[in-house]
Amino acid sequence: MKRLLTLAASAIALSASPLAAQDVVITNATVVTGDGSEPIENGVVVVENGRVTYAGSTGGRSFASDTVVDAKGAWVTPGIFATVTTLGLVDVGAVSESNDSRAGGAPFSASLDVAPAVNPNSQNILIHRAAGITRAATTTLPAASIFAGQGAIIDLDADGTPIVKARAFQMVDLGEGGARRAGGSRAATYTLFRASLREARALSGTGTPQTTEITVDGEVLLNRFDAEALKPVIAGTQKLFVAVERAADIRSALALKSEFPRLDMVLVGVSEGWMVANEIAAAGVPVLADPLDALPTGFDQLASTQSNVGRMKSAGVKVGLNAAGMENPRRLAQQAGNLVGLAKMPGASGLTWAEAFASISSIPAEISGMGGIAGVLKQGALGDVVIWDGDPLEVTTVPTKVYIGGVEQPLGSHQSRLKDRYRDLDESDLPKAYDW
Amino acid sequence: MTKKVLIAAVSAFALAGCATTGSANTAGDDSGSDDAPRFAAKTEAEGPFPSTYSAYPGAPTALVGATVYDGAGNRIEGGTVLFRDGKVEAVGGSDLSTAGYTVLDGSGKFVTPGIIDIHSHLGDYPSPGVDAHSDGNEATAPTTPDVWAEHSVWPQDPGFSRAMANGGITALQILPGSANLMGGRSVTLKNVPSRTVQGMKFPGAPYGFKMACGENPKRVYGGRGRKPSTRMGNFAVNRQTWYDAINYANDEDAKRDLGKETLKGVLEGEILVHNHCYRADEMALVMDMAKEVGYKVTAFHHAVEAYKIGDLLRENGVCSAIWADWYGFKMEAYDAIMENAALLQQEGACVVIHSDSQNDIQRLNQEAAKAQAAGKRLGIEISDADVIGWITLNAAKAMGIDDMTGSLESGKMADVVLWNGDPLSVYSRPEKVWIDGALMFDAMDRKRRPVSDFELGQPGEGDVK
Repeated sequence: MKRLLTLAASAIALSASPLAAQDVVITNATVVTGDGSEPIENGVVVVENGRVTYAGSTGGRSFASDTVVDAKGAWVTPGIFATVTTLGLVDVGAVSESNDSRAGGAPFSASLDVAPAVNPNSQNILIHRAAGITRAATTTLPAASIFAGQGAIIDLDADGTPIVKARAFQMVDLGEGGARRAGGSRAATYTLFRASLREARALSGTGTPQTTEITVDGEVLLNRFDAEALKPVIAGTQKLFVAVERAADIRSALALKSEFPRLDMVLVGVSEGWMVANEIAAAGVPVLADPLDALPTGFDQLASTQSNVGRMKSAGVKVGLNAAGMENPRRLAQQAGNLVGLAKMPGASGLTWAEAFASISSIPAEISGMGGIAGVLKQGALGDVVIWDGDPLEVTTVPTKVYIGGVEQPLGSHQSRLKDRYRDLDESDLPKAYDW
Repeated sequence: MTKKVLIAAVSAFALAGCATTGSANTAGDDSGSDDAPRFAAKTEAEGPFPSTYSAYPGAPTALVGATVYDGAGNRIEGGTVLFRDGKVEAVGGSDLSTAGYTVLDGSGKFVTPGIIDIHSHLGDYPSPGVDAHSDGNEATAPTTPDVWAEHSVWPQDPGFSRAMANGGITALQILPGSANLMGGRSVTLKNVPSRTVQGMKFPGAPYGFKMACGENPKRVYGGRGRKPSTRMGNFAVNRQTWYDAINYANDEDAKRDLGKETLKGVLEGEILVHNHCYRADEMALVMDMAKEVGYKVTAFHHAVEAYKIGDLLRENGVCSAIWADWYGFKMEAYDAIMENAALLQQEGACVVIHSDSQNDIQRLNQEAAKAQAAGKRLGIEISDADVIGWITLNAAKAMGIDDMTGSLESGKMADVVLWNGDPLSVYSRPEKVWIDGALMFDAMDRKRRPVSDFELGQPGEGDVK
C-alpha cells in the first residue's frame, strides 16, 4: 500500500482498519468541514483507513495516496447526517408488510429495538445515499404507546451491516400524538411517563417495582420489558428524544429535567420553540427542529414560523434540522438552503450558509451522540465524504462521489435504473423489459 | 313573547320580499304561461354561486431592470413589465417607455407571472388539520360527481397566505380528494384573502372534475366490502356511471340530477377532467375509456409514471401534473423518478409541476428547479424560461384559464411576482406579489401580508412566516 507522503498525523489513524477502505486524498476542493466554519477554498481532505486524517487548506503542500481525486474546485463536505428518520424500515409507506416503522398491534413500546429490523438494501437507503446522506438516526415511531422504542445510528453504505450504534436513543411523544395514545390528554401522558420512569428506576435498584403492565382497554402502554428498556434513559446513558411542539409542552418537557436530572434530553419538532428559546438554551437541551413549518397545522403549532430555527440559534440553542419534518430526508439540504435564503428577508431570522450546513451535518450528529465522529471533516472523524456537482444546499445539486467510512459507494438504485431504461421510448427491436 | 311574534312577523315580511325579487323564482311568476312551473332553481347555465371577486386597486406600475420570464418560454434580460388597471400593458426591453407608471427598479431581481398550483386542497383540508376541518373527500360512495369543492373551502385557511408570501401563488385549483372514482367538481381561485369563497372564485374559470384511478378508490370501498375493490372494479363502476350520464345527457326530459349535470358538462367539454392516476398502464386504460365514452382527460395528476408513456400522452394531448421528488409512499409511486418532467418535455408532452401539499405549494419554484436539474444530468437541457412555464402557463392551460393568466402578455391579468433572486434557486423568495395589478404581498412591508381571522390574537399573529 502506497503511504501518504506528507502527513505525519497519518499514523494516528491506523488502529482501526475497515474492510475495503482505500486511502484517498481529495485535492483542489472547496472544503466544508461541517462544524459551522466557512468553506475553505483550494482545500484538501485526506482519508486513511476509513478515518479523516486531515481536512483544511492545502497550505502549498502536495499529497499522494492510493487514490488522488482532483475535485477541480468542487464542494467537498462531510456526509449529511439525517435525523430523525425511518430509513431502512420502510420500502413502501402504504404497504404495511414492507413498513416496519410502527408496531401499533404490538404489546411492546419502549423495548422495541430497531437494530435487527433495518434493511440496508431498501431503495430508500440507496436513494438517500445517492443524495449525500451517509449516516442517520433511524427509529420506529410511537404507535401503541407514547414510547417509540430504541432507535439506532445507521450508516447508509453498501456493506450490508448498517448498524453503527444500536439502542442509541429512546423516543417519546409528549405532544398531541402522545396525549391521544396515553388515553386522551396531556395529563395522561405525563402520568404514564412518570409511572414508566418510576418503574424503570425501581428495576434499576432504587424502589420496588409496582406493576407488571400498564394497560388501557387491553392495549398495553407499558410492560415489564418496556420498563426494563427505560433503565438507560433514567441513568442518562441513553438519549431521550422528546417529540413536542407547543411552547407550553416544551416547558413541561424541560421541567422533567428537575425531576429526573440525569435525562439526556433532545427536543424534536419544537415548532413553537422560539417562544421559549431562552429557557431551552438555559436548560442546555439541544433541538431537532422542523425548519420550514409555517402553518398552524395543529393547535400545538399555532406559532409556527420559518424563523424558528434562526431565533433559537440566536438565543443560544443548539439546533439541528429534523428530517422527519419534511417530505423525505433528501430534502434536508433544500431545507437548510431555504434558511439561508430566509436570512435575507426583512424581519426574518435564518442561518448563514455555514451554520445551515452544520445544521444537517455536525449538529444532528452531535445531538445523536456522534459528535466529532460523524457529520464533520476533522482528524479522527469517520471518512464520510461527499463531492458535489455544485453548491450542496442548492436544489439542483447532487453528489458525484460519496465515501462512507472511506469506501467509495455505488450511487445506483431502482430509480436510476428506471431513468436509464426510459431515456428513450424506443421498442422497435424488443420491449423495454430487455433493456437492462 | 311579544318580541318573538314581532320577529316572526318581520321575517315573514322579509321572506315575502325576497320571493318577489329573487331571480331564482322568476320562472314561478304567476303571470307566466300555464305550462311554466311554479318553482325552478337556477339552471346550471345560470351559474349558481357566482364569483364576486373583483380586482383590488393598484397603481400603474413599471418593473424595470429585472430578468423577466414571461411564462411563455421567453427570457428578457433587463426587461420592462408594464401593468395598469389590472392588466399587463406591455412586456419588453429597456426601450419601453415608463412614462405614467410608478417605476420599480428590479435590477438583480427576477419577474415571473404569478405562480399557479393546479392541485391544491387548501381550504378543503385547511390548517389546523383537525377532523372538524376534514372536508376534502365525500368518501361515502365510489362516485360523487354531485359535490363541489367550493362548498367545502374555508377561506380563512392560513395556507392561502403562506402560498402567496413564500410561493408567489396567485391562482390555484382546489380539488376534491381521491377517495372516490369521481370526487366532484374542483374550483379555481384567485389567491386573495376573502370573507367568502365566492370572493376568491376566478372569474370565468371553467370547472374541473376530479377523478381518481388506482389504489385509493379500491382501498376505500374495498375496505368496506363493497365495489370497487379492484382496479377492474374501478373501471366497471366508472364506465357504467358514464353510460348513465350519456343517457341523461341525451334525454331532454330527464329530471335534474346534480351529479349527472356535472358529467354532462364533462361530455360537452365545458368541465375539464383532472384524473389522479399514477401508473403508466392505468393512464393508457383511462385514455381508452375516455375515448369510449367521449370525453377528454385534460390532465393526469400525480402521474409519476408518465415518463413511460410520454409519446401516448403527447398524442392524446394530455398534461401530466407531477411532483419533482415524491417517492415510494405507496405502491403506485414505487417507480417515481426525478427525471419524469424532463423526459416528458423531451417527448413533447405537457408538463405541470403541482403540489398537493400545503407546504410544497410554498415552494413550487424549487420543485420545478429540481426536476429541471435531474433532466440536465441526463443530458436533457430545458431552459429556465421553459421551466417557469411548468408552474405558470402550462398550469393555466390545463385549468382553462390561459387566455386570462399564466404569462406576462398584453391584455392578460397582471398576476406578477417580483423575486429577490433567481426563482430557480433555493435562496430566492418572492419580494412582491401582484394579483390583477394590486399589490397583495410585499416582503418589505409587514402590513402587506394577510392575517386570517383564525390567526388573530394567536401566538405568532402577523409574524413573518
